[in-house]
Amino acid sequence: MNSRQITRRSFLKGMGAIAAGGTLPVSLVELAFADSSRNFTFAYISDSHIQHIKGTQFVRNWDRGLIRSVAETNMLLPKPDFVVYGGDLAQLGTQAELDHGAEMLAKLNYKYHCVMGEHDYYLDLGRYWGKLFGPHYYSWDHKGVHFIVLNSILTYDKWTHERWPTPEQRMLEMAGLDNPNGSPFMVGKKQRQWLQEDLKTLKKETPVVLFSHSPIQKIYKGWNFWTEDAEEVQALLRPFADVTVVYGHVHQIQYNQIGNISFHAVMATAWPWPYPESYAQAKTHLPKITVPMNRADPFFERDATGWQFINLKTGRIDISYNLYDNTNRTVAYNRKTSRPEDTTYQSPEKRIPPQSHY
Amino acid sequence: MSISLRLLAFTLVPLILFTGTTLADDFTQKDQDRWQKEYMSVVEKGRALWVSPKLGTNGVSCAQCHPNGANTHPETYPKFQQQLGRVIPLRDMINWCILNPLEGEELNPYDPRMVAMEAYLAHERKGVPMAPGKH
Ligand SMILES: [Fe+2]
Ligand SMILES: [Fe+2]
Repeated sequence: MNSRQITRRSFLKGMGAIAAGGTLPVSLVELAFADSSRNFTFAYISDSHIQHIKGTQFVRNWDRGLIRSVAETNMLLPKPDFVVYGGDLAQLGTQAELDHGAEMLAKLNYKYHCVMGEHDYYLDLGRYWGKLFGPHYYSWDHKGVHFIVLNSILTYDKWTHERWPTPEQRMLEMAGLDNPNGSPFMVGKKQRQWLQEDLKTLKKETPVVLFSHSPIQKIYKGWNFWTEDAEEVQALLRPFADVTVVYGHVHQIQYNQIGNISFHAVMATAWPWPYPESYAQAKTHLPKITVPMNRADPFFERDATGWQFINLKTGRIDISYNLYDNTNRTVAYNRKTSRPEDTTYQSPEKRIPPQSHY
Repeated sequence: MSISLRLLAFTLVPLILFTGTTLADDFTQKDQDRWQKEYMSVVEKGRALWVSPKLGTNGVSCAQCHPNGANTHPETYPKFQQQLGRVIPLRDMINWCILNPLEGEELNPYDPRMVAMEAYLAHERKGVPMAPGKH
């Protein structure tokens, strides 16, 4: 057996005790690597929203989502090269929540990189998060791919620094997804300048993968499925042949192609969010190519939540959604159509009733 | 005139004087504005409950999973709630959520808070055709 191949058997072996329980929560990905030196995998966990109740009590439901994703990621074979945590580790940005989340993440057997979410940021403007996880934006190279992390959940200075009497209130106002007192996310000038510098010497054929919390495209402003300066960031990425943006925040499957840039959203481990089209009073711009996730069944606590297994093939990604209580999904870049596509449900006649949201 | 009718007339007269209208269908724009205001005040109470961390016991609010009340489909109730195996009104699902994800205590179905949350959901869903039973 090729050691770089995931087969049902090797996977089951890795699953150990969990597999013995009878359910198989992770997709069985068959990966055939043509050139194993260029191709690799990583895992993506996001939006756990660890929520403090009081004392040592945290919301059990959200804890379970993160614990499960960490345990399952640890059992992947072959092992991912690293893990990305996509932001919103905490619900209200407190030290108790960030510490509790960090403790669970520390159980990962891999190196992990963190992305800032608005729920991590707006209490102390990312100070404690920075202590735990390091810089808010940075980049690194791995096996010929350039990886970038941006803090895309900043907003207008006036809103951040002048509008609210206390940091606690500022956090609460930003934490409400549908709160009309919120403010649109943005990367901001400082980071855009940094990004421009960061990309300056990079060869145009180098694959670029950018991780952000908000979409770096404009989908629905009312819930901040939105980045105010998305076009400016996209323009900086335009010269490169293969660019992929992976984002959290939306707690649902989304994917899109804008010019040279592929966009993929990841699931939350905590709870799913409705598609904006299911808010009757809103006009939205969900990417037309997105085949939605199934409507969530609230009676299954972990339905429509999960984590991702990402395979980087020749500069573009295949993303496998490991859904806890539902059929897994795979969205992969199709070289023929030059866009990401669901490998099962993409053509209209393949759609199933639970994928209709209203 | 029977005694009961005379009694009715007796009680109606002061009532008419009190409300200031002479006929049942005689109302003005001003009345409508007031009724709308009453309705909206209950919708706003419903919205406040929807985003409140205090409705349950663990700080989780309804809006955390249902921003703007989305994905609640009030127009499809009563419907066969397949997980429960029977046809239920919307308030039963609201109570289910209070009990489970919010780890709280169910409301009396006639509790003004329940009416307020139903009013809020219907308000956010305004314009969507009724479709009872729809899944
Ligand atoms: Fe989130
Ligand atoms: Fe977020």
